[in-house]
Amino acid sequence: MARRLVEPFLWSLFSVGGVVAAFLIPVHLFLFALAFPLGWIASPSQEALLALARHPLVRIYLFVLCSLPLFHWAHRFRYTLYDGLQIKHLNEVITAFCYGGAVLGTMVAGYLLWNLR
Amino acid sequence: MTPDPTGRAPSYTDFHPRWYRVRVSTYWWLTKWSYMKFVLRELSSIFVAWFVVLTLLQIRCLSQGPEAYARWQEWMRNPFLIAGNVVTLFFVLWHTVTWFNLAPRAMAVRVAGKRVPALLIAAGNYLAWAVVSVILAWIILGG
Repeated sequence: MARRLVEPFLWSLFSVGGVVAAFLIPVHLFLFALAFPLGWIASPSQEALLALARHPLVRIYLFVLCSLPLFHWAHRFRYTLYDGLQIKHLNEVITAFCYGGAVLGTMVAGYLLWNLR
Repeated sequence: MTPDPTGRAPSYTDFHPRWYRVRVSTYWWLTKWSYMKFVLRELSSIFVAWFVVLTLLQIRCLSQGPEAYARWQEWMRNPFLIAGNVVTLFFVLWHTVTWFNLAPRAMAVRVAGKRVPALLIAAGNYLAWAVVSVILAWIILGG
């Protein structure tokens, strides 16, 4: 019964996280992981980025950017392990690892963004 | 088996019947390109999670000051990390493309009683993605 109540909720987190990931991650990844390190575009200074990140709306944005894609990962990765590797017998371990990881990441994101000075 | 007092063979056995089930190979997804595409799409979630890890580390270093942030930037210049992040970008883009192409099937948008064609919904998603990306890049690069 509990499973039937929780599953739609987890699926909607997966779905919303998928939308966030699809729209927002490519540009972030391209800039911070390729364009800036490879010197294609000059990176903004630490001061400028910190000032930007400290804005309340940007904090909320970054929190959403980190948290929801993690729940997207948790759901999808769980089923990847079920289908891809056929290890359904490890059900509880996989579920705890996936959603536990997403909850942990969300808490870390909340902590870091709350304490951003 | 319980002994039968009449001496006749019983019509049942103690053994559980076996279903006929074809064993599926663990590598079933390698046999067909459409299966492969599906598995690549599912695997993209790992790279989505990796991006979040990078971003959390970045935020942490950002709050610790210029030296810490310079260390993060130096770390990101590691050739192995760059190579890994090229792969990550490929998978993230794969996620975006497959997600947008599925969107018309998930959303049945109707305008004036008629269903909006799938191509139009997908095109709308791509357009919105481009606009969002440009705005984000503009903000990150300092407006």
